[in-house]
Amino acid sequence: MLTDLTDTTAADIRAALRHTRDQMGAPATGVVLNLIIKTDESGQHDAVRAAGQAGREHPCRVLAVISRDPRATSRLDAEIRTGEGTPGQTVLLRLYGPMGEHADSVVMPLLVPDTPVVTWWHGSLPAIPSALPLGALAQRRITDAARAQAPPEALAALAAGYRPGDTDLSWTRATPWRSLLAATLDQVTDEITGGTVSAEEQNPTADLLAAWLSQRMGVPIGREDSGGPGITDVKLTTSAGDITIDRPDGRVATFSRPGQPDRHVALHRRDIAELLAEELRRLDPDEVYGETLAAAAGIPVTS
Amino acid sequence: MMHNPLRDPRDRRIPRLAGPCVLVLFGVTGDLASKKLLPAIYDLANRGLLPPGFSMVGFARRDWADEDFAQLTHDAIKAHARTPFREDVWYQLCEGIRFVPGEFADDEAFDLLAQTVKQLDAERGTGGNYAFYLSIPPKAFPQVVQQLKRSGLSTPPEAAGGVQPWRRVVIEKPFGHDLASAQELNAMLDAVFPPSAVFRIDHYLGKETVQNLLAVRFANTLFEPIWNRRYVDHVQITMAEDIGIGGRAGYYDGIGAARDVIQNHLLQLMALTAMEEPLSFAAEGLRAEKEKVLAAVTIPDDLATGTARGQYSAGWQGGIPVVGYLEEQGIPADSTTETYAAVRLTIDNRRWAGVPFYLRTGKRLPTRMTEIAVLFQRAPHLPFDATETEELGQNALVIRVQPDEGVTLRFGSKVPGSAMEVRDVNMDFAYGESFTESSPEAYERLLLDVLIGDPPLFPRQEEVELSWTILDPIEDFWSTCAKPDQYAAGSSGPRSADELLARDGRSWRRL
Repeated sequence: MLTDLTDTTAADIRAALRHTRDQMGAPATGVVLNLIIKTDESGQHDAVRAAGQAGREHPCRVLAVISRDPRATSRLDAEIRTGEGTPGQTVLLRLYGPMGEHADSVVMPLLVPDTPVVTWWHGSLPAIPSALPLGALAQRRITDAARAQAPPEALAALAAGYRPGDTDLSWTRATPWRSLLAATLDQVTDEITGGTVSAEEQNPTADLLAAWLSQRMGVPIGREDSGGPGITDVKLTTSAGDITIDRPDGRVATFSRPGQPDRHVALHRRDIAELLAEELRRLDPDEVYGETLAAAAGIPVTS
Repeated sequence: MMHNPLRDPRDRRIPRLAGPCVLVLFGVTGDLASKKLLPAIYDLANRGLLPPGFSMVGFARRDWADEDFAQLTHDAIKAHARTPFREDVWYQLCEGIRFVPGEFADDEAFDLLAQTVKQLDAERGTGGNYAFYLSIPPKAFPQVVQQLKRSGLSTPPEAAGGVQPWRRVVIEKPFGHDLASAQELNAMLDAVFPPSAVFRIDHYLGKETVQNLLAVRFANTLFEPIWNRRYVDHVQITMAEDIGIGGRAGYYDGIGAARDVIQNHLLQLMALTAMEEPLSFAAEGLRAEKEKVLAAVTIPDDLATGTARGQYSAGWQGGIPVVGYLEEQGIPADSTTETYAAVRLTIDNRRWAGVPFYLRTGKRLPTRMTEIAVLFQRAPHLPFDATETEELGQNALVIRVQPDEGVTLRFGSKVPGSAMEVRDVNMDFAYGESFTESSPEAYERLLLDVLIGDPPLFPRQEEVELSWTILDPIEDFWSTCAKPDQYAAGSSGPRSADELLARDGRSWRRL
């Protein structure tokens, strides 16, 4: 069901949300979190779509904040979508003029009470997510350094402004690699003396993965450029030889260990909806991300 | 085990992963394999929880090659897997699929099996770790277990490079049909596998809701203070099925509802509901508490009034006419096997003295549902007129195990209006609606636990024996009685079951 409200207020949107809910006979419960998406007109379709897919796993109230012409007079347009194939509700908020600077005042009355809040910047990358009003509302703040013009600088900026509760999708992308590497080290007893992570240029996930490995194992991990896609291989040097995970095509990796046959592992690159779904699974601060981010940016970790 | 620097308890994105291993499946042509086991293995692989090189060997009396078994697996996955089909995941899994044709009596076939897994160790680096899943009729257990021993499959080699390869065996219910046969089965397994290597699957314990029972009880302050005889009036544990015996006539007749369901599922649910807080959720702590409470269970003094059993007769089930149990194919016309069983149990300890636990299960009941309902005592005094609270029932906490998994809390609330009138309302928590994670299927969870070697969710032999100790006298009594009471298919059970509760001034929850 679609409801369009032009030149409206947060109170009217609330009333409309309640009205559509009553009409559809759906109860008030059934939403596990509030997801605020900060996006723009060109990115909103993909962002809301990804949120809708993640919403199958995590029914949420999606509040997409889209800033329009800042020089216009203040105006709020809203588009409410309920029951469009996904659980939960989606509200697209278009903010014109100076109101764009006060998005939090529109969003706050629309949050489902007693339910966690997550803010996702899709597109623009804030320097200090928690310092922005929409970030301050949230217990979890999701950015994506891979979408920045210069990802390494973006990571450095995120590291400088890090607060517990921050997280970045370039870190999420590392999870399959990290779990495979962690499982590998469950089996390997030889000492690891170093290694490299190869990926396409300016890949923040590779930077974080290298920083994580280096920090956890206390050995130098080099970073090499390759043609991609994404991370193409990870090599760990041991006294017995090299352990390598080689993924040239972004889909299937070959896993090699000294003295053992090569094996194939499915290691496909995940789409944004899958990444978002993983992010929404845990809503407490990801300390390991904080430490890894600091290490990647060369900031000494203080615990 | 050496500390792995990449593992950090704070890092909860990294899942528990099984180590390199081979899963040997006996009974791959069965229903369970294609509906549950094979899809669960794929789902595990798709979630990235199986190790590189994970391999699977099927063993059955079929003239098949590896490709035929791979095809069967492929079809089973396409039809029943919960996660979407991905070509690259299938490719990874498919590379490690082998098939060994043969009979259980055939020494050569088992020698070939031993050779096949050895070869997998060399080709796929599975490290000599084997899990044997016996999805076969219990009468074939001794033969297979003996063959595993004879062919040397059950004995792990010496530790190499500081890592000791493991062997595990997985068995499904029934774990015997009475205490003596359960002990016999155990002795047979015990002669070949150490107790820690035997995993008894009770798929109910793999269900998210059942594990949630422990979270509800022991993670909250709200429920534990009232979880005792001072507040609880009684507990009803139900597993109702709408289906008949289907194609299981050969297995079911002579076994019956109590042995099939009460002995394992319902007594396990009862133990989890009633047990004290374990020292920890590790296997030892959990099993110790379950055993304590099972040992404290007492059966009614008068079994004639404290139990009920029934057999479905022809009737209408969900708008479809169905035949009675005695007319089912393969069932003798004079069978006295019960398809419905209910018992009233009590627990002799300080927490539960005097609180009856009513357990019931049956086939061809109106719906399929499993639940644990804790019903609380009425308030000792109501400051309302009797008419105002006419519609107020007992407060209840209901754990819905399946379907529609979740928890319902039932309590009285004022009916809107100018008059004071109190009526029961529900406060509902549904898994599907409240969680940010989709729950794994029970078999997925249990298979992963087997491969990791994590035993808390598997009942130990002691629990199996304690359960038979509870059930055996009841079965003995029933065997002296005449035929079970008839109940029409699609009804909610025999009248004797209703009378069982009516004698205590109670009634069953509606199915």
